[in-house]
Amino acid sequence: MTPFFALLGRDLRLSVREGGGAALALGFFALVATLVPLGVGPDLVLLSKVGGGILWVGAVLAALLSLDRLFQADYEDGSLDLIAVSPLSLEAAAAAKIAAHWLSTGLPLTLLSPLLALMFGLPLAASLMLFLSLLVGTPVVSAVGAIGASLILGLRRGGLLLPLIMLPLLTPAVIFGAGTVSAALNGMPNGAFEILAAFSFAGTLLSPFVAAAGVRLNLAG
Amino acid sequence: MITSLTAEKLTVQRGSRRLVEGLSFTVKAGQALALEGANGAGKTSLLRLIAGFLPAAAGKVTLRDGATDICEPEERGKHIGWLGHHDALKASFTVSEQLAFFGKLYGRPLRPEERLALLDEVGLTRQAELPCRYLSAGQRRRLALARLLLTARPLWLLDEPFAALDIAGKALVGRLIARHCGQGGIVLAATHEPLGLGNESLRL
Amino acid sequence: MFDWLFRYANPARFMGLSGAVLPWLAAATAVVLGVGLWLSFSVPPDYQQGMTVLILFIHVPAVTMAAAAYGTIAVCSLFSLINRHILADVAARAAAPFGALFTALGLITGSLWGRPTWGTYWVWDARLTSFLLLLFIYIGYMALWSAIEDEVKAARAAAILALVGAVDIPIIHYSVEWWNTLHQGESLLSGGFSPVFLWPLLVMMLGYGLLFVTLWLMRIRTEIVNRRARALMQRDAA
Repeated sequence: MTPFFALLGRDLRLSVREGGGAALALGFFALVATLVPLGVGPDLVLLSKVGGGILWVGAVLAALLSLDRLFQADYEDGSLDLIAVSPLSLEAAAAAKIAAHWLSTGLPLTLLSPLLALMFGLPLAASLMLFLSLLVGTPVVSAVGAIGASLILGLRRGGLLLPLIMLPLLTPAVIFGAGTVSAALNGMPNGAFEILAAFSFAGTLLSPFVAAAGVRLNLAG
Repeated sequence: MITSLTAEKLTVQRGSRRLVEGLSFTVKAGQALALEGANGAGKTSLLRLIAGFLPAAAGKVTLRDGATDICEPEERGKHIGWLGHHDALKASFTVSEQLAFFGKLYGRPLRPEERLALLDEVGLTRQAELPCRYLSAGQRRRLALARLLLTARPLWLLDEPFAALDIAGKALVGRLIARHCGQGGIVLAATHEPLGLGNESLRL
Repeated sequence: MFDWLFRYANPARFMGLSGAVLPWLAAATAVVLGVGLWLSFSVPPDYQQGMTVLILFIHVPAVTMAAAAYGTIAVCSLFSLINRHILADVAARAAAPFGALFTALGLITGSLWGRPTWGTYWVWDARLTSFLLLLFIYIGYMALWSAIEDEVKAARAAAILALVGAVDIPIIHYSVEWWNTLHQGESLLSGGFSPVFLWPLLVMMLGYGLLFVTLWLMRIRTEIVNRRARALMQRDAA
């Protein structure tokens, strides 16, 4: 287990020391939450109806921001080679990096969400469900994003390509995440949270294997 | 105990370019093999193939572990000490922290005294608490050597081990390679300079 | 089990076989599409939708082929990863632009069909939204191919992406349907077909299928020739 946690810990430390920590993602998230009302007007009734969806989209975009660097830095400086011959399997290494990414991006976004929900006039129950849906759903954003990150290694404009290939694949998360908030707003359970949890669980479990395949592909280079 | 590394009719291909064809050689425990050749001849690619990063277009590589043959590239990787072109050092981590990380990653966690002893060996004692961004190229290489020693792997694959090092540094590399072979390890090095061991060399 | 397939998957053999078959395929495509269009125009105007039902004969086969093309890419990608066969790589890449075009055609015709029926050129109904997402997936797939220089690496990366998409697309479709029923109610584009519409539809579907296969084979042949040219140029440069 120690090699796994060694890599996870290193990535976390790196995100703070060299990546600005969660600041970038949090800042972007908060900016989206500020810009949308500026775009659609301050009517809290309207904002509370769209808040769940807007905040979910904002969270996904914020989480994607730092994903293209997930493997890139280690690829460029040769660390990936050393990780590849270490006792850690590439799948476990991918899982460690996904976990570190979520802890430094998805989780902080989730923790900020209740504050932003306030800005959209979401009632308490909806706010809570937004928080829970992000908590459960952001891991799969990191995980599926890692697959994309592993495929674009070494590309110069990879950062632009990544959202293009990842966002369509993440629509179920957005739909069911926002659906969870809708259910809370209407007081009518609609099963969204359960489906989101299932999608997230399956996606997070399977992604390290696919991301490892993508990394393997690029190790040859 | 790794007893030998054998390559049989190996073809090394990068993209659509065949760099090496039909290469065969054997290196036994305690031996070193120098890979020589012009830049772009395929030395690095061959090393990456043996390390298991690059699949062989043809032929195979076998690592003999006593009575067992290890042919799977990823299994092979677990016996390899890799010293690549790039130093794989994070700018914001101190020398000591880097060693600590790699120790844990390779399942060989070090106590602080052990770390210092290692740094002593490569001549980086005074730099232990320095962030890697302040290291010179030669110092970065020395740290990479310390990491190589740390991983305690039997088969060393070295890509230009003498690069960026001064005379003392090169002597250090020579010593470490000689000692490794003396202990029964195998060394494969892509290099423009002689290893100084009276070893075989292969021209690509 | 697939030995017979691999015998013909040798690029040289493929070129020979496809070269022989292609003229017939092209002729068949023209004939079937011609018959299909004639049948479509001879259909009596629908009591409810008037002549706009015609667009359905162009729209439904288009969206069907859009999905079928992706299925083709997924199967080729599977062979690409498992067997590492160049023809699988080329075939997958060659199918993508046509899949994207069929998707775009489906979206445009769906939009045109919707105008007289719904009053707007676009509604966020389940079918149109799903296919809009499919279009993005096609574009992303083609972009990934173009972005990676190493052909073999590009093929593998694109294959991985295609297979991840193949697993995700049913989930995406389901989630969009769910989303649609949550917000709007039943999809507006569904509805039964009376038998008089069935024959033109089937013929058009066949025609589209033949069109896809013809264009696809042509594109594969072009790509194989291009690769040979590139290989020759590289050999000359060395």
